[in-house]
Amino acid sequence: MTVTFPQKGLPWLLLLPQLLITAIFFLWPAEQALEQAFYQEDAFGLSREFIGLENFADLFSNPLYYQSILTTLVFSFSVAIVGMSVALLLAVMADRVIRGKLAYQTLLIWPYAVAPALAGVLWWILFDPSMGPIALWLKSAGVDWNHYLDGSQAMILVVIASTWKQISYNFLFFLAGLQAVPRSLIEAAAIDGASPFKRFWTIVFPLLSPTTFFLLVVNLVYAFFETFGVIDATTKGGPGQSTTTLVYKVFDDGFVGLDLGGSAAQSVVLMGIVGLMTVIQFRFIERKVQYS
Amino acid sequence: MIENRPWLTFVSHATLLTGIALVALPVWMALVASTHPASAFGVGHIPLWFGDAGAETWGAVLFDKAGNGVDVPVWFMMLNSLIMALGITFGKIAISLLSAYAIVFFRFPFRNLCFWIIFMTLMLPVEVRIVPTYEVVANLDLLNSYTGLTLPLIASATATFLFRQCFLSIPGELVEAARMDGAGPWRFFFDILLPLSRTNIAALFVILFIYGWNQYLWPLLITTDDAYYTLVMSIKRMLSVTDGDIAWNQIMATTLLAMLPPVAVVIGMQKLFVKGLVDSEK
Repeated sequence: MTVTFPQKGLPWLLLLPQLLITAIFFLWPAEQALEQAFYQEDAFGLSREFIGLENFADLFSNPLYYQSILTTLVFSFSVAIVGMSVALLLAVMADRVIRGKLAYQTLLIWPYAVAPALAGVLWWILFDPSMGPIALWLKSAGVDWNHYLDGSQAMILVVIASTWKQISYNFLFFLAGLQAVPRSLIEAAAIDGASPFKRFWTIVFPLLSPTTFFLLVVNLVYAFFETFGVIDATTKGGPGQSTTTLVYKVFDDGFVGLDLGGSAAQSVVLMGIVGLMTVIQFRFIERKVQYS
Repeated sequence: MIENRPWLTFVSHATLLTGIALVALPVWMALVASTHPASAFGVGHIPLWFGDAGAETWGAVLFDKAGNGVDVPVWFMMLNSLIMALGITFGKIAISLLSAYAIVFFRFPFRNLCFWIIFMTLMLPVEVRIVPTYEVVANLDLLNSYTGLTLPLIASATATFLFRQCFLSIPGELVEAARMDGAGPWRFFFDILLPLSRTNIAALFVILFIYGWNQYLWPLLITTDDAYYTLVMSIKRMLSVTDGDIAWNQIMATTLLAMLPPVAVVIGMQKLFVKGLVDSEK
């Protein structure tokens, strides 16, 4: 039990800045979104009328919304799975080598610091159909690359840009996880004649599962909410709706389409999703603390 | 090393080097592209080796007006980014230290409720409540201001949890000894708590600086006056040219300048960065 100070008013004073900012910039807007979701407002904000659940009914009867849900799922799981696979491969290799481990780590972690929007721009140009080296190389290999017209190619592009930035994060956590695997287990298996490949799949990979699960949640949260910059700076949700994720749609419907009620209803749905993901993340962390 | 398998060691090094090359590829290409004159891109491909227009492009990017409706040079936007990043970083650290201090070292009614209110911020990222947050900030007359750029982003559940964790590990004897020696709550905070949390603060500083510098959506929403443009968000304005006549060399140089400060922080303070990342793993 921590020893405490007896003052009664002081703690409130200490908490005041954080609570004020939370109330004004987090809770108030969230409440506004909740309220707005039940109203229909004209584009100039002059009048509004209570329409109950109609915004939600519109939302869930709109095929474009389901398409956006599908797009988000495809995008998020691609980012998570590709990023984690590449990072795991690199981490296993980095865990093996003795020479130059730190140098490898340094050269692999810096993309974490690059803003998503900038990562998008960099890859956007490499894949530019008329002058990007990768697009030109693909063309000479017989692939007609044009992400301005082809929705699935645009999707591949935003997945690559978002994954590139996230590999460093996954790499660091996998490396830490690998270093925590007891050497004695691996040595015992080696003495019994298990090949490095077999040792990885039967001992190391199962022991990494807490890390893997944690990273899966973190990557999904990242792909859901933090890749707005990648999409906005490059495809802007297009071509058509092929890269419009749920978060991009809230922005697009609210600011470009000026459908405030619809955008607010989407905000409410997203708050539910992010709440759920936070709970999953925290329950997992709790478990890890208890059993380790 | 469990056993000596030279070919496997070779494969490991080769894989890592390939990984590094792939990760560095876009930045390398951008660097090369920024050293060629804009006309080099018209012929249908990006040059693969350095040209000789580097100094010219970088000079123009840094000191001339950015163009496309952005009437300020890049160095000015870097300054804005720096103000925003540091404002967010110091703001988050300061208010989180204070809240964690209140929650750990005082007993008062609704203590748990306060903790849960702070926790709620994790569930309400700006991205999911874009329109109403914009309206609140507009109502408070904070559009186009440094306060508007920083203040709404400085509430932090992650930082509060981290400091709470750190404070809880401080032995009770230390607090008792300090109180017996007549130290009040402020003296205890500044003379004992802050020095003990130094490494945690530094590690968090690195993570939060990157977070602050890389803000994109928020400045995009609330700034319409170029005096408050930050570098990362301005990339979008520079790219949105309709006639297809984009100065790629300048865009690339701007992109590199925009990523330089946070990347330098990660490489220069690698140990603190890794610690911060692991600590703030939510």
